[in-house]
Amino acid sequence: MEKIIDQFTQNFIEKDRWMYIVDGLKVTLTITFLAVLIGICIGFIVGMIRSTHDKTGKCKILNVLCKIYLTVFRGTPVVIQLLIIYFVVFGSVRIDKVFVAVIAFGINSGAYVAEIIRSGIMSIDEGQFEAGRSLGFNYMQTMRYIIMPQAIKNVLPALGNEFIVLLKETSVAGYIALADLTKAGDIIRSQTYSAFFPLFGVAAIYLVLVMIFTFLVGRLERRLNNGAH
Amino acid sequence: MEHTNIGDSLIQVKNIKKQFGEKFALNDVNCDINKGEVVFIIGPSGSGKSTFLRCLNLLETPTSGQIFFEGNELTKKGVNVNALRQKMGMVFQHFNLFPHKTILQNLTLAPMKLQGVSKADAEKEAMRLLKRVGLEDRADAYPAQLSGGQKQRIAIVRSLCMKPEVMLFDEPTSALDPEMVGEVLGVMRELAEDNMTMVVVTHEMGFAREVASRVIFMDQGQIVEEDTPEELFAHPKSERLQNFLSKVL
Repeated sequence: MEKIIDQFTQNFIEKDRWMYIVDGLKVTLTITFLAVLIGICIGFIVGMIRSTHDKTGKCKILNVLCKIYLTVFRGTPVVIQLLIIYFVVFGSVRIDKVFVAVIAFGINSGAYVAEIIRSGIMSIDEGQFEAGRSLGFNYMQTMRYIIMPQAIKNVLPALGNEFIVLLKETSVAGYIALADLTKAGDIIRSQTYSAFFPLFGVAAIYLVLVMIFTFLVGRLERRLNNGAH
Repeated sequence: MEHTNIGDSLIQVKNIKKQFGEKFALNDVNCDINKGEVVFIIGPSGSGKSTFLRCLNLLETPTSGQIFFEGNELTKKGVNVNALRQKMGMVFQHFNLFPHKTILQNLTLAPMKLQGVSKADAEKEAMRLLKRVGLEDRADAYPAQLSGGQKQRIAIVRSLCMKPEVMLFDEPTSALDPEMVGEVLGVMRELAEDNMTMVVVTHEMGFAREVASRVIFMDQGQIVEEDTPEELFAHPKSERLQNFLSKVL
């Protein structure tokens, strides 16, 4: 027992090592939060373009561009994308690493969100669309007032899952020497030569974050569902 | 409800064709619909009657031909179809109410967003019409909580809230349980008595005979025969109509 307390003190308390964890957590949350925002923006636009093309046959060229984007970013590992954006795209300029990570994870997530949004739009009965159009709404208004609110509600579980995946995926940010949560555990391990506490500590924090997030998404789902079904 | 004189032309259809791949769903259809008329379209399934109805407000775009609404050519490039659609209500076989909105929100959405009607006025008008169809107590319910017949009456009211010049009905009772057909037909009968211009695609022959001012029989993408219901049902001229009536009556 004493040994455990000793280990704990050594890994987290001594020399304020817990500060690594706090700083890492801040970085992880910052990257995740901003990347989610970018992912949603890109995902929305790309998903709309793709489903507009599927429904009406318009936006041919844009649709091709979107397809290339989806193929490339879903077809290659996010670590490679991160490295390319850091060392190649921004290779010759000094730039904040957090910014690079936000861009990389945001663009990557956008590709997945786009397909989720598209599946949501395509899942709505064509009759809803016709009802909107027959009342005199134009395409965009029909999307905004009638299709999107239903589509988002349908894909909320999938979107929540995507954000959980994104949160955990940011753990590879250490590849560009970003001191995120995972890296923090790693730094402590390299200083104390003990692996158990730093790694399990970090794992526990990820787990708690995911559980909080799952809970919040569940509440949002229930709120959107109230009465409608 | 505005009273209009029967006789003024409201919709003119000239030589429209609609092609799906190789097949002509509509093959050279001509038709005039006048204000205050109640036109019923009957025919076997696949005859093109629904396609014809959906062409009237351009839910289907005709492959060729012209459609005029109040003298404006709908089929011309660059025409603001959305503005004209506001004057053409449509009721669907599967109701197509918005499931994420309450009944009242279903009814007020379009008048508020498209016609700039204030919330209070839109709700007042919606409640007035709900009362007329006997559903004012369901204003705060969601569509999923209503029966099929109630949904269809709400769908009719939703179109009426836009104060349309014409109402298009696409098999409005085909998806209903038999005991609910009557309540929907009742609302439609009232509309017809109020001189609303109506175009109705239906299999309800008895109702057509009773309410229609004109019945059109379509088959294989063409109008085969049209006449008053008395004449058309009692003395069908073409063999195809005789054949059809012998099966459905």
